[in-house]
Amino acid sequence: MHLGVSESMRECEYSQISTRSSTPMETPYKKRTPKKRKWESFQGRNKFYCDGRIMMAKQTGVFYLTLVLILVTCGLFFTFDCPFLALELTPVIPVIGGVLFMFVLGTLLRTSFSDPGVLPRATPDEAADLERQIDVANGSTGYKPPPRTKEVVINGQTVKLKYCFTCKIFRPPRASHCSLCDNCVERFDHHCPWVGNCVGRRNYRFFYMFILSLSFLTIFIFAFVITHIILSSNRNGFLSALKDSPASVLEVVVCFFSVWSIVGLSGFHTYLISSNQTTNEDIKGSWSSKRGKDNYNPYSHGNIFTNCCAALCGPLPPSLIDRRGFIQSDTPQLAPPTNGITMYGATQSQQSHMCDQDQCIQSTKFVLQAAATPLLQQQSSEPVILTTSPENGGTLTGRTSLTLGGPCTSLPLGQPTPPTSTPSLSCHEATDMLPIHGHSLAHNHSHPLQEPVAHHHFLTPEEVPSPPGMLPCGSPLGHSHTMQAGFYNPASQDSLHEDSVRGLVKLSSV
Amino acid sequence: MGTEMGQKRHSASLANKVFIQRDYSEGTTCKFQTKFPSELESRIERTLFEDTVKTLNNYYAEAEKIGGQSYLEGCLACATAYLIFLCVETRYEKVLKKIAKYIQEQNEKIYAPRGLLITDPIERGMRVIEISIYEDRGSSGSSSGSSSVSGSTAR
Repeated sequence: MHLGVSESMRECEYSQISTRSSTPMETPYKKRTPKKRKWESFQGRNKFYCDGRIMMAKQTGVFYLTLVLILVTCGLFFTFDCPFLALELTPVIPVIGGVLFMFVLGTLLRTSFSDPGVLPRATPDEAADLERQIDVANGSTGYKPPPRTKEVVINGQTVKLKYCFTCKIFRPPRASHCSLCDNCVERFDHHCPWVGNCVGRRNYRFFYMFILSLSFLTIFIFAFVITHIILSSNRNGFLSALKDSPASVLEVVVCFFSVWSIVGLSGFHTYLISSNQTTNEDIKGSWSSKRGKDNYNPYSHGNIFTNCCAALCGPLPPSLIDRRGFIQSDTPQLAPPTNGITMYGATQSQQSHMCDQDQCIQSTKFVLQAAATPLLQQQSSEPVILTTSPENGGTLTGRTSLTLGGPCTSLPLGQPTPPTSTPSLSCHEATDMLPIHGHSLAHNHSHPLQEPVAHHHFLTPEEVPSPPGMLPCGSPLGHSHTMQAGFYNPASQDSLHEDSVRGLVKLSSV
Repeated sequence: MGTEMGQKRHSASLANKVFIQRDYSEGTTCKFQTKFPSELESRIERTLFEDTVKTLNNYYAEAEKIGGQSYLEGCLACATAYLIFLCVETRYEKVLKKIAKYIQEQNEKIYAPRGLLITDPIERGMRVIEISIYEDRGSSGSSSGSSSVSGSTAR
């Protein structure tokens, strides 16, 4: 049956394929779904505000405490102490105080709201490629792969690069995975609850300037409040001085307790900067001479001055996660893989609010099918389990149990990631549907499924793309790893099941 | 099933992807391995590929260079409380734009005629240079990657 010229082919239903059940998915009209920004499908446990401009960790309570402490203390200082001091001593005092206060606030907000240097997770293709390389290197026949590390020599020092099971990448040197935010962060220093964010490559200098300026501010306020009380008590007596400005007492108390920790922290970070180490490295003693006499820091530039300048005034790399970019389909993908079309067409769900949900439903089907079908249980006992690296905080449900419609927090299907790392758990919409981190599971299945699948354009569920021109929304081969939160509607399970059987038979027949 | 579509079209289909990983031997600065991947052996000359990667490495080195200009930029930015970046681009961003243009140019002149496509590393989190290998559907009934086994044709 001749379908006509190529352009119209894109728009026609693939109706002559008998296995395909016609769905509104393939209707030729363009779906007018709003374009989503990448932050909306971000896989870490971060919170975004202002349409992706502001990025913070999930727990921000302590950050608000920090803010309140600073604002209240400074507010009291300016209201009660500054008038006296301006009159008695000099009006420069409130001015300097004001400048310091603005600087502290600015650096705090900058530290808290910016991207610390999060590494985006690997795309499915990359992950598959790495897996293949690892398998080739190991030649392992047993199912449980050995811990994955790569050694690299940097300036004469051997550094081990660890494989991150959550992000599916080999972490660059100095990067670390933050278990609170569930992201790999470049040059990871630490996760600071006081600023409500990780401190990494992109915001370390702001963090340092924040604690430095806060130390100055604290000492400044402390000193001048004491001065105020002393001058006041010289005139009127100590007790009446205290009665006149009770706020001063509060300020003194707050400052007294803060000054030790903040000044101490500033000193510590000054040392770290001058030796070009991260908190992480210092705590582990990675470059300590106690480990061996040949152990030295390969990242240090040699002298203190250069290290400081590099850390504070060096170039600021841009954010790698492009939170405000739009999720778009990958244009070079001209012809969809045929199996993909078949399986995509077998999607049953109609009422997806956004196109990506169809892909997620598709992937969900894969997941369910893969877990349930005897086809895939030919390999070793637990086909869907990968070893979890302990630093991923592996609260891993290792069982491949299909408990659909279960609570969101329990991932029923074995994942290499902790259950709470699914994207939808931190998602903003309230959902009672089961989120499934479909792609990683499908990725697991590319392992037991034979090589042809892996080479076969890596047919994971996300790679069931829309035929070009059919649906304008995100093909999974998009620029960023746009695995949406998978939503599964238990109501359509049976027909989905049937479709996925069909789909998987095709997949395995490749 | 379904390949009949592709066979009618003179379009290329994605066969494979090659990933050029980062080279960390000089630390955390951005640098990619210049090792020539075996999958590209039949597609492109080694020298062309190496030139591309070396040029990219040079661009990244320029972006991340710490020296007089970057210090000046850093201090100025700090003095203006980083508000200056609302108006002016950082040097890194400028170099990234140059890189994007260079990659596009390379794609147009060298890689696309050979059925290859380079993806800008920034879109992959600076982890890899992704080179997509395309097979011409018209030339082979079932190309190595993406077509199904059954090359059934429906006419």
